[in-house]
Amino acid sequence: MSENFFSLLSGIIFGIGLVISGMTNPEKVISFLSIMHNWDASLIFVMSGAIITTMPFFYLLKNKNKSYLNLDIKLPQKKDLDKRLIIGSSLFGIGWGLAGLCPGPAISSIAFFEPVTLLFLISMATGILISKYI
Amino acid sequence: MYNFTPISALTGGLIIGSAVVLYFSTTGRLAGISGIFANALFSKSNRSSNILFLLGLVIGPIGYFYFNKTPVNFEITSSSFLIVLAGFLVGLGTRMGGGCTSGHGICGISRFSIRSIIATITFIITGITTVFILQQFGIYL
Repeated sequence: MSENFFSLLSGIIFGIGLVISGMTNPEKVISFLSIMHNWDASLIFVMSGAIITTMPFFYLLKNKNKSYLNLDIKLPQKKDLDKRLIIGSSLFGIGWGLAGLCPGPAISSIAFFEPVTLLFLISMATGILISKYI
Repeated sequence: MYNFTPISALTGGLIIGSAVVLYFSTTGRLAGISGIFANALFSKSNRSSNILFLLGLVIGPIGYFYFNKTPVNFEITSSSFLIVLAGFLVGLGTRMGGGCTSGHGICGISRFSIRSIIATITFIITGITTVFILQQFGIYL
């Protein structure tokens, strides 16, 4: 129950942060990726703001096995730099550059009631499904 | 620099970071959105939690628009064909690579994960290259 409550609350706060940061606007994300023309470095400030907030907490919590709700702490165990990581991240970057949307902003953009968002999310779900067979 | 908004970007980043901390310290899981989206659709474990997080991602902005009367821009210039291709590559790529801007870019980097640092550098480079190529074809200005 409280796990559901905190999941919803975290999502709400994350969504508000995305809107305030300006990253729900695909045009702004494209301006970040456009280093040769009218570059907009805002995205670096968004990531830096998020990282300086999370870094001390991940450090403090790194040896804990249970969360405050007494749930198992699950962290990725993989350490190797495999082909899937590089190829997958490359493909993700290409898709990111084609539309200016990554998963978080794409989902939050449902709030703008723009049909293109749904088109993107349906395609994204298809890509996820295909990934299970590659 | 055109349309550079460091203050709102940093503020938004601090709020996003707080959400990641809240989610991790309560559920014990990293707030990687591509993973949460994929699990909400195709996995039974933690389904209600995953769906509620995604619901929050939508409710948060709607609430923000309601209380804050200044308009928030949403501009997308890509054609429907490019959007479909983009969505497909984002879905496929994030699942093959195990994360996106939130999972690798925020959670991973702040945990000093080498995999995430390499992934983030990789997707930023291919993103920049893609935008550069599209600009040569006059698709982005």
